[in-house]
Amino acid sequence: MPKINMVQAINLALRQEMAKDPNVIVLGEDVGVDGGVFRVTEGLHEQFGERRVIDTPLAESGIMGVSIGMALSGLKPVAEMQFDGFSYLMIPQLEGNASRYRSRSQGLWTVPLVVRMPYGGAVRALEHHSESREATYATFPGVKVVIPSGPRNARALLVAAIRDPDPVVFMEPKRVYRAFREDVPEEEETMEIGKAQVVQEGGDLTVISWGAMSHITRQAIDEVQKRRGAKIEHIDLLSIAPMDTDTISNSIRKTGRCVIVQEAPRSFGVSSEITARINDNVLLYLEAPVKRITNYDVVTPYFGRELKYIPDQQRIERGIEETLEF
Amino acid sequence: MPLTMAGEFSTSYLQILDESGEVDRELEPKLSDAELLRFYRAMYLSREADQRMLKMQRQGRIGTFGPGTGQEAAFCGPTFALTDKDWLLGSFREPGARFMRGEPLSTALLYYNGYEEGNALSPDKRTLPIAVIVASQTLHAVGIAYSMQYQGQKDSAALVFLGDGASSQGDFHEALNFAAVWQAPVVFVVQNNQWAISVPRSKQTHSRTIAQKAIAYDMPGIQVDGNDALAMYQATKEALARAHSGGGPTLIEAVTYRLMMHTTADDPKKYRTEKEEKDWWSKEPLVRFEKYLRDKGVLDDKAKATIEAETRQYIDEEIKKFETRTTFKPDASFDYVFGTTHAEIEKQRAEFLATLNQGGADA
Repeated sequence: MPKINMVQAINLALRQEMAKDPNVIVLGEDVGVDGGVFRVTEGLHEQFGERRVIDTPLAESGIMGVSIGMALSGLKPVAEMQFDGFSYLMIPQLEGNASRYRSRSQGLWTVPLVVRMPYGGAVRALEHHSESREATYATFPGVKVVIPSGPRNARALLVAAIRDPDPVVFMEPKRVYRAFREDVPEEEETMEIGKAQVVQEGGDLTVISWGAMSHITRQAIDEVQKRRGAKIEHIDLLSIAPMDTDTISNSIRKTGRCVIVQEAPRSFGVSSEITARINDNVLLYLEAPVKRITNYDVVTPYFGRELKYIPDQQRIERGIEETLEF
Repeated sequence: MPLTMAGEFSTSYLQILDESGEVDRELEPKLSDAELLRFYRAMYLSREADQRMLKMQRQGRIGTFGPGTGQEAAFCGPTFALTDKDWLLGSFREPGARFMRGEPLSTALLYYNGYEEGNALSPDKRTLPIAVIVASQTLHAVGIAYSMQYQGQKDSAALVFLGDGASSQGDFHEALNFAAVWQAPVVFVVQNNQWAISVPRSKQTHSRTIAQKAIAYDMPGIQVDGNDALAMYQATKEALARAHSGGGPTLIEAVTYRLMMHTTADDPKKYRTEKEEKDWWSKEPLVRFEKYLRDKGVLDDKAKATIEAETRQYIDEEIKKFETRTTFKPDASFDYVFGTTHAEIEKQRAEFLATLNQGGADA
């Protein structure tokens, strides 16, 4: 199996799905000749031509709106938002139309499309290039939100997203893009949207993370286990919406302790939702309060100080130990 | 260096049937008697349905709706030019257009009584549900047009209606731009009915015409007498021919007037004069079209009476059909969140149904 990074893995998924299905279309700003500002779509323009890999005008609502039209008429658009910070301009189309056509028409009209966007911080970027707004997208019923954490699940989840019957917001942790490589099989591989993955089993405590936080969380878990001999269960959420409550509940029943690691600000976020679901389903199994390790409720700082705000390995280790000791 | 000409532009205005019903013989479209009658019936049904629905709304038998009265030529004319292979996207003030595409009145009434069951024709009709967010549908039309181009469906174009208010939205301008860049087979029809709820056209845009906005995107644009059914049909037919033959998009501005309220929840007396309304009543589309048909010998008193009676009967039957349907699956909303099944949704559905059974919510 070739070892590739997340950029290459996403590219592989796009290339294979486009080769397989002529209705799959890639569109966005600079995705064609340039291959995307992160080179995620590199080579697709040469291979599939400009009718299928479209350099669009610079207009995010426009990209989303035409993608909806394409999806309504038989194509499978995979639209790119160049950065998640620019993606809010397409929210009116996502909320107002993509998320609603199915219910608006009682299932007669559907919008199977994917909107990909790099998100998250710690890449020394300018303003609007570092946010983590998965919770915003997850609040729209009818929209699926998926966040891979590494090359292999990125490839498998993107294939699933392209084949999914619903609009899928596919958020790519850009900090992970080239951070590490994994074995990714050339043969087809998909993962079910709506399922979390238990990446490591353990009985003493559950840690839940997603996106760029998963890699760093894994390192923190290894460190704490080494230090204290605890057995820690690690859940990689992968699907923000719909969320896999059962996997979380089953784990808490076993461990009774939970730490959630979230790159986004604390309030009104995915960690709040997970905590609420634990409360609904397995409250009486808890032996300690659910600990949330998150960014703070501030406007994302410029990169000069952002690393002090985003959860780092030490904060995660400390949170795990405090919860183990509670 | 002296300035040189970078470009010179103009915008044309089309009228075929004037306010008094006189036709320009040179421009008159060649439609058969049967076609003309079908056209007239569609406009007449739209007007009659509006009036009946207004009564029903006042009686609490349906919810709020936006009447199309006065704009029948502006939305029926373009629709009459479409074939079944073309797509129709609209906003919410094209009732007659939707009827022409095969929507039964009973279905429309379901929509206006708060049920999604009334908002969709089967996809083979190529007519999208009503778009409430104004101008958002213009981009969908461009995406559909791109699909048609991509799939080699040369006889298919997308026609999209919007209003003068919607022409201020960014999505409209993004749609014009995408359509022009892609030379997509799409026809934009702006129903300039002079009022976006209470805001007059003069406060909506400083442009002298809405049609001239096409110039910025280098696409054909034309201003048409929107109360002239023949002109609306003809302008659209030409735009569609261009779209079908690879000539790209067109912008049509229909100059018309919303003779009634924005929706039944609105009172126009607050912002416009009765004199203005009266002036526009004298230019309304049905009277003028009827005179044309009579002059041409296509319509007489007897034929008119038949159309009236048949339309009334159809409306009566459709209302009955609508009111006979009284049961709706209460948990249907859970069926259409996603195309896949998810535990949390199913759990909440069960909770919802249990609550209903306890009498906790009004079923």
